[in-house]
Amino acid sequence: MKTVAIIDYGMSNLRSVSRALEHVAGKDWQVVVSRQAESIYAADKVVFPGQGAIGNCMQLLHDTGLHDIILHCLEKKPFLGICLGLQTLLESSEESGGTQGFGTVPGHVQHFAEQQRDPNTQAYLKIPHMGWNQVQQQQAHPLWEGIENNSRFYFVHSYYAAPDNPAHIAATTPYPDPFTSAVAYDNVFAVQFHPEKSQHAGLALLENFLSWKV
Amino acid sequence: MGLAKRIIPCLDVDAGRVVKGVQFVDIRDAGDPVEVAKRYDEQGADEITFLDITASSDNRDTIVHVVEEVAEQVFIPLTVGGGIRKLEDISCMLNAGADKVAINTAAVFNPEFVGEASDHFGSQCIVVAIDAKRVSADGEALRWEIFTHGGRKPTGIDAIEWGRKMVKLGAGEILLTSMDRDGTRDGFDLGLTRAMSDAVSVPVIASGGVGDLQHMAEGVLQGGADAVLAASIFHFGEYTVADAKRHMESQGIEVRW
Repeated sequence: MKTVAIIDYGMSNLRSVSRALEHVAGKDWQVVVSRQAESIYAADKVVFPGQGAIGNCMQLLHDTGLHDIILHCLEKKPFLGICLGLQTLLESSEESGGTQGFGTVPGHVQHFAEQQRDPNTQAYLKIPHMGWNQVQQQQAHPLWEGIENNSRFYFVHSYYAAPDNPAHIAATTPYPDPFTSAVAYDNVFAVQFHPEKSQHAGLALLENFLSWKV
Repeated sequence: MGLAKRIIPCLDVDAGRVVKGVQFVDIRDAGDPVEVAKRYDEQGADEITFLDITASSDNRDTIVHVVEEVAEQVFIPLTVGGGIRKLEDISCMLNAGADKVAINTAAVFNPEFVGEASDHFGSQCIVVAIDAKRVSADGEALRWEIFTHGGRKPTGIDAIEWGRKMVKLGAGEILLTSMDRDGTRDGFDLGLTRAMSDAVSVPVIASGGVGDLQHMAEGVLQGGADAVLAASIFHFGEYTVADAKRHMESQGIEVRW
């Protein structure tokens, strides 16, 4: 029996993530939601979902000691970041008056520019970027296995990651300019969208994460 | 190509059943909410909204069970509204599997609740539901006010101003229902939808009045809505969600397949 641990820092709604993982996991996998160092270290794979404000999130990770546990996992284990779980990988975010992240991906997190127009309809684009948008794969990766290029995933966010190194960009999404919607390096894959809420494509990605051999 | 416009079937749930008041009079039973939600998911619904219209508090737990059961099997965003008055109500719904909650009357009586809720849970999960009715006479500049208690009680609050205020307090999305059109099948109040969509920076869901597929397309094209919500046209098998998407796509609207 292998274990996938979902890191619980006390703020985000983890049940949708655990339910979706359980749905695709099969008999070989046990899905645990945990904030305990031992069970996270013991897990074969780690998922770090995040929601809400990044300042609050990083503060809670420091307060609970999860910060160092996550840094350790980022070096060693197959790691899937979701939403803030992607943004926190960057060096810093302009949200919450400037927040420092883990910095494993050089670059910064920015707010969508206000008053941008849809190139087709000329309507102002709403912020948050909310709903189903296309994910344009920028590199071949085992987590894209069986997922058609430009498939739609569910997004809800006002900030986006801007990695310095194009080699880190696993996918982009137009709003209206392409922003980074997935990053990948070594044992780490992180997405801005919510695979747990993205129906077939999302479940396929989670399944790919479980079968991913780093 | 880019962000798709969303189609959101809405399930009014009373004591564990999907119901739909046709012209506010006879309540027609439209089935078991879990079965109905699964059917819409299979048809390609982009989200599902549950409105708990149960009057008695004894039956409140039923909606929690419905959401739990749906969330086990349906992996798209779920919104729950009706009776959301305290932070505990929100955490209860989120724990059950909802991704967003719609706050309606509580916001009118205590606007700060919207601020508290979005500070606590993040504005991504706070939808403010606005029930608006036209109050301007023919020939006057269009004006709408907020009504509570199913459209019976006027509040004197300007609906568009209210929308702006709710966004400032932290609403991540506005669910806008025309009480003049709700249940009529005459189409959305497009003036209202357009005025709100132009006034706020967050997405607007148009609701109230859908009677055919062209109404849904108009909500987006003329109303400027980011999402359209409908109930009865889907419940009794008249149209599927896929029919609605095909029609909207034929009108040049981007949809998710």
